[in-house]
Amino acid sequence: MDVQAILSAATGHGAVNPWAAIAYLVAGILFILALRGLSSPATAQSGNRFGMIGMTIAVVTTLLTHMPKGADGVLDTISLAEILAAIGIGAVIGIVMARRIAMTAMPQLVAAFHSLVGLAAVAVAAAAYLNPQAFGIADAAGQIFTVSRVEMGLGIAIGAITFSGSVIAFLKLNGNMSGSPIMLPGRHVINLGTLAAIVGLTAYFTQDQSPWVFWTITGLSFAIGFLLIIPIGGADMPVVVSMLNSYSGWAAAAMGFTLGNTAMIITGALVGSSGAILSYIMCRAMNRSFISVIAGGFGGDDAAAAAGGAKEQRPWKPGSADDAAFLMSQAENVIIVPGYGMAVAQAQHALREMGDQLKKEGVNVKYAIHPVAGRMPGHMNVLLAEANVPYDEVFELEDINGEFAQADVAFVIGANDVTNPAAKTDKSSPIYGMPILDVANAKTVLFVKRSMGGVGYAGVDNDVFYMDQTMMLLGDAKKMADDIVKALSGTGH
Amino acid sequence: MDFISIFSIFVLACFVGYFVVWSVTPALHTPLMSVTNAISSVIIVGALIASAAAGSATSKWLGLAAVVMASINIFGGFAVTSRMLAMYKKKER
Repeated sequence: MDVQAILSAATGHGAVNPWAAIAYLVAGILFILALRGLSSPATAQSGNRFGMIGMTIAVVTTLLTHMPKGADGVLDTISLAEILAAIGIGAVIGIVMARRIAMTAMPQLVAAFHSLVGLAAVAVAAAAYLNPQAFGIADAAGQIFTVSRVEMGLGIAIGAITFSGSVIAFLKLNGNMSGSPIMLPGRHVINLGTLAAIVGLTAYFTQDQSPWVFWTITGLSFAIGFLLIIPIGGADMPVVVSMLNSYSGWAAAAMGFTLGNTAMIITGALVGSSGAILSYIMCRAMNRSFISVIAGGFGGDDAAAAAGGAKEQRPWKPGSADDAAFLMSQAENVIIVPGYGMAVAQAQHALREMGDQLKKEGVNVKYAIHPVAGRMPGHMNVLLAEANVPYDEVFELEDINGEFAQADVAFVIGANDVTNPAAKTDKSSPIYGMPILDVANAKTVLFVKRSMGGVGYAGVDNDVFYMDQTMMLLGDAKKMADDIVKALSGTGH
Repeated sequence: MDFISIFSIFVLACFVGYFVVWSVTPALHTPLMSVTNAISSVIIVGALIASAAAGSATSKWLGLAAVVMASINIFGGFAVTSRMLAMYKKKER
């Protein structure tokens, strides 16, 4: 009896080549280093390379240990060519997508990628179900091991939920579907019932491996992914994208259990915790509980307009680009607060030019980012980086909030709810408890806004508009930033 | 490997993930998502096994489809991460 046979007999997870097992472990460690690199922009690129090396090791190891062979044990070159072609097709599509995508569209791209992980997990689980011996998870009679059945059921359920959930998230983020929550009557009952059915069927699957059980689990899981995401509104999309990130990791981990593969298990755990932490950070930044996000219904695209119906008229002070240019050029410290409206107006390059002009005049310019300033975690940082804003001028909320008191000007552009003091003072406000950027502490607030009518996602008025030191700069964000740049270069200081 | 050893690796990796991810700077949370996307496509390992195995044609084609999907993710995920990271520059002094 050779070593391989002993190993496979001892494990029940098929023949595991010890060298292959070590290679997968190394791949897993390289993936840990890939995330570790992201602790600073200076080390991030090398981290990304570790990730690529890890993936290459995992793929090459699998190809070497699972060469397609014909019945006579000779290498099946046609199958090998098919596999390499499949990798090639994926490579071309992936690289073209990565090169072409606009940075504002990153959330959609990530959602699309999540859906692919989910669907790939479903395909792999289905392939393993149809050909269990190839995966070493069945006995000679074709009976799949009980543990493997549970792992497979979990894998397919999480994979399918990731897929259909991500497709809905993609459609909402991409604007193919309204961002408003779609509330089905009795949806909580439907959802809980479906979940219970999936759990029950997975338990039953351990007793009966008939196709109908397997495919019903798959079908129900696709349905629940869809049902879970449609009632969630546009404002909560950062949480949803993070949550689906987490699911895609758990799907990989479940498949890793099925295959007894350490690279998949380590990666699944990393990605799963990463997505969970990001969801937590996003929830905290909006002062929303995870449960209430899942329950859905918050922050549709037009819910805001409806809520802001009866508003009292309060006096506010209008200003022009020239006024803004003058105020900021005379200032010592200016803090710029960009929000997603700035990115929608494609004003980031004009904004950076404005920052450059001010720096030339000796003004100390900083950027303050709220965690939910963009459409996904860290999105605003990427948008500013794309516009060549140095990352050491960009600060997170908790690092810069104390500095507003010393700032001469807070320049708010395309942001609203994240500056609203009602989050601190008004218990009845829908955004009460959300951490905000304390722009009201600055000596002067310049607030760029399209008009006085529209309000943010939450549909609440902002007291900052009506303060004595606030000047409202009404107009398109990009045009306003351009005009300020013109005015600044015209002053000739 | 038996279930308990695999489960132990999984639990320990969750802890590693927890600490490593909290140390990621918030400015890089978007690249974090795109790179986790790329690495979660290590699921390609299962897809490759399925496409190389003889015995079931359906299983093989499902495997090949999964190889295409996972490699879109792998190449796309690493490429877009690298593209984003290249934009992060320090102040010129």
